[in-house]
Amino acid sequence: MRREPARTLSDHLPVIFPALMLLVFFVIPFGIMIAVSFFQREQGGFYTPDFVLSNYARFLSSFFGGVLSFSLLLAMAVAVCCVVLAFPFTYFLTCRTRRVQIAWLVGLLSVLSLSEVIIGFAWSTLFSRTAGISNLFVALGLMEQPTALLPGFGAVLTGMVYQALPYTILVLYPALVRLEPTLLEASRTLGASPLRGFFDIVIPALRNTIVATLIMVFVFALGSYLLPQILGRPQHWTLSVLITDQAIYQSNMPFAAAMAVFLVLISLALVGLTLLVGGRKDLTA
Amino acid sequence: MTPAWIRNGYMALIALFLAAPLVVVAGVSVNAKKTLLFPPEGFSFTWYTDIFTQNDWRSALFASVGLAALSAALAVVIALPLAWFLWRRVAPWARVFQFLGVAPFLLPPVITALGFLSFWATGGFYGEPWTAVISHAIFFVTLPLVTLSLGFASIDRSLVEAAATMGADDARVFRTVVVPLITPYLVSGYAFAFVLSLNEYIVAYMTVGFTLETLPIKIFNALRYGYTPTMAAVSIFFVVIAAVVFGLVARYGDLPRLLGAWSSEDK
Repeated sequence: MRREPARTLSDHLPVIFPALMLLVFFVIPFGIMIAVSFFQREQGGFYTPDFVLSNYARFLSSFFGGVLSFSLLLAMAVAVCCVVLAFPFTYFLTCRTRRVQIAWLVGLLSVLSLSEVIIGFAWSTLFSRTAGISNLFVALGLMEQPTALLPGFGAVLTGMVYQALPYTILVLYPALVRLEPTLLEASRTLGASPLRGFFDIVIPALRNTIVATLIMVFVFALGSYLLPQILGRPQHWTLSVLITDQAIYQSNMPFAAAMAVFLVLISLALVGLTLLVGGRKDLTA
Repeated sequence: MTPAWIRNGYMALIALFLAAPLVVVAGVSVNAKKTLLFPPEGFSFTWYTDIFTQNDWRSALFASVGLAALSAALAVVIALPLAWFLWRRVAPWARVFQFLGVAPFLLPPVITALGFLSFWATGGFYGEPWTAVISHAIFFVTLPLVTLSLGFASIDRSLVEAAATMGADDARVFRTVVVPLITPYLVSGYAFAFVLSLNEYIVAYMTVGFTLETLPIKIFNALRYGYTPTMAAVSIFFVVIAAVVFGLVARYGDLPRLLGAWSSEDK
């Protein structure tokens, strides 16, 4: 049965339900959010339809500038750490037998699907004074007495790298699995060391994939909203945390919506860049 | 090839990094007393049974499982006809809906969550439990959409051709050829959406955070009043559920292919 264009109404019937669901429950909420970002905020958490730019004007404050630049730098640090850690790992993984690969994939998916709440709780336990890793250091004689390693920037960064690492590996995995093994074999035959083959063949061949992965992990890290709260201090709050805080606790929906619109624009621009760089048709595959 | 000890050592280090927090949480969860000590003092499974016997934890568990089961089902119901249509018809405009189906997953989750919050609040349904089901279904529709698209792409079109030549209409081809071939992909899509919905916090919090307590919301709320071994037990319980579900997907489906590796023959 060849693929044919849909002509009659009954041909279109199957697509109507999913299309309606996506339009009503994704496009319309999105539109409402954009509209709310221009609304006038009233006292007591309400807002009235209007067209004001004051919510966007608040972006010009030094407070917002500080949060934005911290979020971007943090996400960048997470992306670089994750790709540097994940790339050799994924490469080694693809050299293993299928059975070993599957076992790892199950483990990686299990960690990836963990709630941010659970990751935050797990790392705050690991960094705590009573149950934490510092007890191990004391036992090894590296430390005088157990100390709490949080809240702090190091804890936030570690937690976010933990959250994003399985994602990074799974994004890199398809490209590395499909890497032509004959390329490396050829370099070996010509006398290149394995290390040289890795840096001169594998990395250049996958340069675009690496850049695309960096951007995708960056966007992923931008979305982290609980780890900075659980593992960090208020100065470690990111844009995602600030949006939640404004929407729920400060009841300032218009400002929260304006920040969300801004975050969408950054993310979409970056995802668009990924498509250009990667030239890949299917981002999620 | 890189020397084996470097490869094995490096993979072991990554494994250690990924496992360390879970090992500590598992240790904490079996403390005999209500303390977070590691290594644990004494041994007790009380904190695990608490999940099922204490009313507040049990109702949070039921809320989470119910939400995950329903929203994953709805996500599959939305994704299946769309994926089928994209496979069966030449319709470039329908790609828009494919993009819409993938978008919630690529954007930072807080954006989708805020969209739902303003949508349900505007409609006057804010806080109704069913709004969370629809919200999660849309949020996670990407997963069954991607697995089903892969499933349809894997169907040998000559099989369909043969069935059509023998006089089978679309409905019959769907029932006798398509459904048996895509069932593993359908189940995996459901499984992915189910596990992720179980663990999801922000969308659930922004839609029903003040009326319905799911397990992640319950854990986060409890974090403010101090840590208890029950939270550790719930965390380990969730890791085990995820590992079992993905293990089953790997057992009955083609996990490397689902994750984007083309070839499925052994290396």
